[in-house]
Amino acid sequence: MLPLADTQFVEATWIMVVKSLVIFAVIFGILPLMTVLERKLIGRFQHRYGPNRVGPFGLLQPLADVGKLISKESFRPANAIPTLFILGPLLPVLSGVLALAIIPWGNVQDGVGLYGIDVPIGILYFFAVGSIAFYGLLLGGWSSGSKYSLLGAMRGAAQLISYEVAMGLALLGVIMMGGSLSLVDIVEAQGNLWFVVPQFVGFLIFMLAGFAETNRTPFDMPEADAELVQGFMTEYGGMRFGSFLLVEYMEILVVCGVAAAMFLGGWMGPGPAWLDPIWMLAKMLGLVLVFIWVRATLPRLRYDQLMSLGWKVLLPLATLNVLVTAVLVVVT
Amino acid sequence: MTEFPYLKDQDVVEVQRGPEPGGVGGAYRAFGETLRGLKTTMARLIEGPLTIEYPEEKTPVYPRFRGRHKLHKFEDTGLEKCVGCSLCAAACPADCIRVVAAENIPGERVSAGERYAAVYEINLSRCIFCGYCEIACPFDAITMGHDYEMADYDRDDLIFTKEMLLAEPIERTPLRSEGE
Repeated sequence: MLPLADTQFVEATWIMVVKSLVIFAVIFGILPLMTVLERKLIGRFQHRYGPNRVGPFGLLQPLADVGKLISKESFRPANAIPTLFILGPLLPVLSGVLALAIIPWGNVQDGVGLYGIDVPIGILYFFAVGSIAFYGLLLGGWSSGSKYSLLGAMRGAAQLISYEVAMGLALLGVIMMGGSLSLVDIVEAQGNLWFVVPQFVGFLIFMLAGFAETNRTPFDMPEADAELVQGFMTEYGGMRFGSFLLVEYMEILVVCGVAAAMFLGGWMGPGPAWLDPIWMLAKMLGLVLVFIWVRATLPRLRYDQLMSLGWKVLLPLATLNVLVTAVLVVVT
Repeated sequence: MTEFPYLKDQDVVEVQRGPEPGGVGGAYRAFGETLRGLKTTMARLIEGPLTIEYPEEKTPVYPRFRGRHKLHKFEDTGLEKCVGCSLCAAACPADCIRVVAAENIPGERVSAGERYAAVYEINLSRCIFCGYCEIACPFDAITMGHDYEMADYDRDDLIFTKEMLLAEPIERTPLRSEGE
């Protein structure tokens, strides 16, 4: 039987604490920069400059945004359900932070694993935790007591079931080739060839499903600022709204991290070992750029178009991909 | 148009229909169009921004742009061109020009003609920048300049007196170059 992951590797508790603090600090340093990057890039895609007034090159724009959001009233509609309404933005933050733990930034170096934790069930953990974010979306939208929020939440639920299966199947091919569920082992298995080459179909399906998972255009139906006035977020204001936005970017980082680890060889890259986390970060940011590029390009799909894309195109393709991969893995 | 013989003499154009959406072909075409869209946006990114960052960078105007008025003097003698005939005030559809003429005293001539404008005021909050004053003026004494930054805090400050109109405006409006 194959060992599913290196469960013999144990670290001191203080190392774990320091690691989690560092990951937290790095990611929360990147998130605000991502918002500026996105706005500036989208501006460039539209012949504009984007924000460039606050601070050098507009880099302090997120500070101004957060300052504005914090100073707003945390409004709650009279017919909202208080506890669920507050839980709404909290769950996605929780799920985003939890999912960050399994992003591998490098292998074990000097007795320290450069990842939050190497979970033996790796990618299953990502799915489990990633889906919790949708509970937040559903609860937040449903408990707001507003028709737009409810519609957004329902769309979110419908979206969830139509992409989640294809997403899982897309990763199944990689798991079979890597022979493990652990992200660290999967990255290790890509020493010779990144899985994006043999699993190109899987990569495309995963990225498409990733757009849906993070509620990004072209699959931003739950938000749909044009029709549903931000959907499930309609009734949120202040930092509760801010945390929904924050989570969106965190989920993008997580999805890009998983995609980079599963398909783009994770920390693999030329140079000494200490460059590994930087390679990982570079690959993640490269995928983030793709997310932004797609957002600047594609219009929002219709509700039923996502359904039919998910069920009629992505799911059969992913299944076929898994079948072919399975046959090839058994034969070779 | 065999099935519509009664239409055979008329100009009937068959409706051009694109391929049916959906199916494998539809998915393939959608993928292709997606890539084409991505190419388009990337081209825009490479072209770079077209924004004119206004307060720092002014929009260039065309030579015949009708901005704030200017009153002119003769370059050699330094005398004002305006003779206080009030034709501009008569031509003004917004009725924003006020001219009070006075006789030139031989010792201290102000204008080249017999009379000069003792008071020449343009209420820029009323002016519609039609340029009729410029056309009406028999001496080319008033022309439309290129200055378009006239915002102020007080309406009274928008009544431009003769001294303000005669003064050389701060050169702040770039002119559009050929072909721009």
